[in-house]
Amino acid sequence: MNIPAELKYTKDHEWVRIEGDVATVGITDFAQGELGDIVYVEVETLDETLDAEEVFGTVEAVKTVSDLFLPLSGEIVEFNESLEDEPEVVNSDPYGAGWMIKIKLSDASEVDGLMSADDYKALVGA
Amino acid sequence: MKTTALTNTHIALGAKMVPFAGFNMPVQYEGVNIEHETVRQSVGVFDVSHMGEFLVEGPGALELVQYISSNDASTLTVGKAQYSCIPNDDNGIVDDLIVYRVKEDTYLLVVNASNIEKDWNWINSKNTFGATLRNISDDYSLLAIQGPKASEAMQSLTSIDLSGIKFYHFEIADFAGISNVIISATGYTGSGGFEIYCKNTEVQQIWDRVFEAGAEYGIKPIGLAARDTLRLEMGYSLYGNDIDDTTSPFEAGLGWIVKFTKSFNNSEALADLKAKPLQRKIVAFKMLDRGIPRQGYTIVDGSGNSIGTVTSGTMSPSLKYGIGLGYVTADFKAIDSEIYIQVRKKALKAKVVKLPFYKP
Repeated sequence: MNIPAELKYTKDHEWVRIEGDVATVGITDFAQGELGDIVYVEVETLDETLDAEEVFGTVEAVKTVSDLFLPLSGEIVEFNESLEDEPEVVNSDPYGAGWMIKIKLSDASEVDGLMSADDYKALVGA
Repeated sequence: MKTTALTNTHIALGAKMVPFAGFNMPVQYEGVNIEHETVRQSVGVFDVSHMGEFLVEGPGALELVQYISSNDASTLTVGKAQYSCIPNDDNGIVDDLIVYRVKEDTYLLVVNASNIEKDWNWINSKNTFGATLRNISDDYSLLAIQGPKASEAMQSLTSIDLSGIKFYHFEIADFAGISNVIISATGYTGSGGFEIYCKNTEVQQIWDRVFEAGAEYGIKPIGLAARDTLRLEMGYSLYGNDIDDTTSPFEAGLGWIVKFTKSFNNSEALADLKAKPLQRKIVAFKMLDRGIPRQGYTIVDGSGNSIGTVTSGTMSPSLKYGIGLGYVTADFKAIDSEIYIQVRKKALKAKVVKLPFYKP
């Protein structure tokens, strides 16, 4: 299972890449594997400012639907619109082309509360 | 949790295993879409050994089968099977099943795994006909070999002509080096193929030879997730979703398996019910707006009033849009009726359509 060392993680199986005050968010390799073939990523919170842990969207696989939780408080400044036509890239490239949103952080100190790659490995038993 | 004789084989193949009807079952191997596509285009194999099998034997066998089931089993000759249901006393359905006439006085009833105990008790309680009942579920395995290439791919494993077995007919013959196997031209996918009934002790050999014979056809193991998407594209009912103890066969679209050419348990009440207009009806619908219906979602009209509930829903892997089954009030049962599915905060437009959703 692919768990890149340079990323941060959440217990909800999301990954976070921090660049300045912007965080890019997607779901982990483990999450896409558990969900199975992803057919729809719905994010209707673009331009909204939400708190950490709030639902920012939904990911639907053929057989399941799961909420997406915001890992860090902030404004959702970008949604990966290519997922509207090609949601399957979340399966094939979860840490790259399968990214979901970018957040402009409200409170950069929240980053300290995220999990390291090693912590996340332990969580999923990898 | 119960296992099938092939549980370790599935685990070794890397299947994702889930509890289903008390069994540890493979929900998917490679992925639901590729497995679905494999069955639609070529051939795939399902281990559905969790299904229940009862033998009804003896001079009272037909009478008992006729009494507990709604279809007319007297039309079955040896080597034929029929889809049927077991009516309860309250116009609902105990289970749906397939009835096979195996010998002159021997019928095989194949029931849903989740209902084995309920059905067994029910049928025994109705056995005033002196039939002999045997629950062979724990000793028998069932493989569904499904897809347009099934006959061609499996022909080398048997001496009988597979393409010559008509739909809902079966033969008891040699298969994959095992004798007296039931080879039945039935299935739950709409893509043709066979179901193979054999003893647990025989199924590993059959599984292995099926994969050897199917290798050049790209045969794959198929999990329960694709079994559900395949059956839903055809609009086949799933007990526990689309039909249950509270749904009448008529509102469930199963009037065609209720035959009043005979009397059976609750048949008088069902005949009365049939004469009345339906209060609600199961419909098939496709999503017009983008979204995926799921079991339990509310169906609403254009003003947002609740008119029913989704009983099964998925993204159709073949059609690439959302499809579903659900019960609606009678005003919305006509083909082309505009209905809306409440998906989270939004009411998404859908349309009532004819079945099947997809013609393989």
